Amino acid sequence: MNSWLEKQRSIIDFTIASLLRRKGRNLGLLVVYTAIIFLLASVMLFSHSVKREAQVVLAGSPEVIVQRMVAGRHDLISQDYAEKLKGVRGARNVTPRLWGYYFDPTVSANYTVMVPDDRTIAPKNIVVGEGIARARGAGIGDVLAFRGYDGTLFSFSIAEVLASDSELVSADLMLVSEEDYRSFFGIPDGLFTDIVMTVRNQREVRTVAQKIATALPDTRPILREEILRTYDSLFDWREGMMLVLLAGSVLAFSIFAWEKASGLSAEEKREIGILKAVGWETSDVIRMKFWEGGLVSMFAFLLGYLLAYLHVFHMSAGLFETVLKGWAVLYPDFSPTPFIDGFQVVTLFFFTVFPYTVATIVPIWRAAIIDPDAVMRS
Amino acid sequence: MVRYSTTMLTLLAVGGLAFAASFADARQGRENMHETLLRKQKLVGELGLTDLCLFTEARYTRHLSQADLHTPFQDHPMSLDHFPSGSLVSPPNVVRGYE
Repeated sequence: MNSWLEKQRSIIDFTIASLLRRKGRNLGLLVVYTAIIFLLASVMLFSHSVKREAQVVLAGSPEVIVQRMVAGRHDLISQDYAEKLKGVRGARNVTPRLWGYYFDPTVSANYTVMVPDDRTIAPKNIVVGEGIARARGAGIGDVLAFRGYDGTLFSFSIAEVLASDSELVSADLMLVSEEDYRSFFGIPDGLFTDIVMTVRNQREVRTVAQKIATALPDTRPILREEILRTYDSLFDWREGMMLVLLAGSVLAFSIFAWEKASGLSAEEKREIGILKAVGWETSDVIRMKFWEGGLVSMFAFLLGYLLAYLHVFHMSAGLFETVLKGWAVLYPDFSPTPFIDGFQVVTLFFFTVFPYTVATIVPIWRAAIIDPDAVMRS
Repeated sequence: MVRYSTTMLTLLAVGGLAFAASFADARQGRENMHETLLRKQKLVGELGLTDLCLFTEARYTRHLSQADLHTPFQDHPMSLDHFPSGSLVSPPNVVRGYE
């Protein structure tokens, strides 16, 4: 056992010395390799963490939401619909809601304006999310002025700023009273944005949704489980720009790594020839190359993953901010909760470490079985 | 002089320990953020929120789960989705008719 270990250590000594002889080339490879793993691991850790957080946080979202559709678009729904929904067997706590969007030209940002059901907001007062407070540079007691649907100027006093640790769900929220909401957007009494409700028996949610769709054919029921599934496929790796960008860089790296690993330089061939001439066996040469590929890819994996971990969970995924922000002015200032999927990490390991290691061994096997004299002479 | 293999294996061991430590750190981080998550969950329940505030630029990416088939084409029937976030997230399966 000891002699086997000593032999491996000697091969590793030789391998590292050989790598150091081509320092620039191998260091370049390590940096690119690490950068690719960093990028892949960052996307993986970030998207998984946001997905899991969504699952936990949105578990409290409404059980069933009923929207009215007109010509394929979401439209206002009347109080009559709420009365009809109360008549559906199994339906409970039917509550019409008022919410919508407001584009604030002062900071070019979209706000989500809501009338809360759980709290009473005094007329001419608002409760805002931390994102709005930051964008407008305002705090409790400050007055914000917005133009209503007919151009009338409305002044609201900030009564409260929602806690900053809830920014992921509340950064762009502006809570107003029902009276202010209706006069601000010009929505007459008896009309609402949508209706939320709960279902008495959890196992009957889908049945109740079907009953609603039959009783009110111009409505669309949205279930909580559908909301959760929406976030389960968030940043789906199979779609979107993320894949295009990642596929491009992974392909570029694959070509680079394949070229480096499989195309033996004349110097490397000469080295193999000399090793064989001084008594190395073919298996030793292959072992040396295995260590070369294994060490480079293991280092790249560990470095890339650890940097990605620090980036996502200790630096709030700062590099992604510009990508995720798009044209949005309001972006929640949040740190992802460190949810890690071990299976994803193992998959990343296998898909990055193994191909490179194998790619280094195959060509060396071809070179190692040829005559050392021929290699050195060529 | 220290052998290359000793240095290399030590570095690998340190990397392996840091890798394991990242899982322990994540566990600690989740415990620290447990209260915050519960607070967020409570706020979501109280206000009846449905979506994460990740992309505020367009209404169909701000409220992904509430979007209908027409929202990305809000300007006119031939209008293509022009918000950058539209290329990062896909429409919900319910909207695409997969379910």
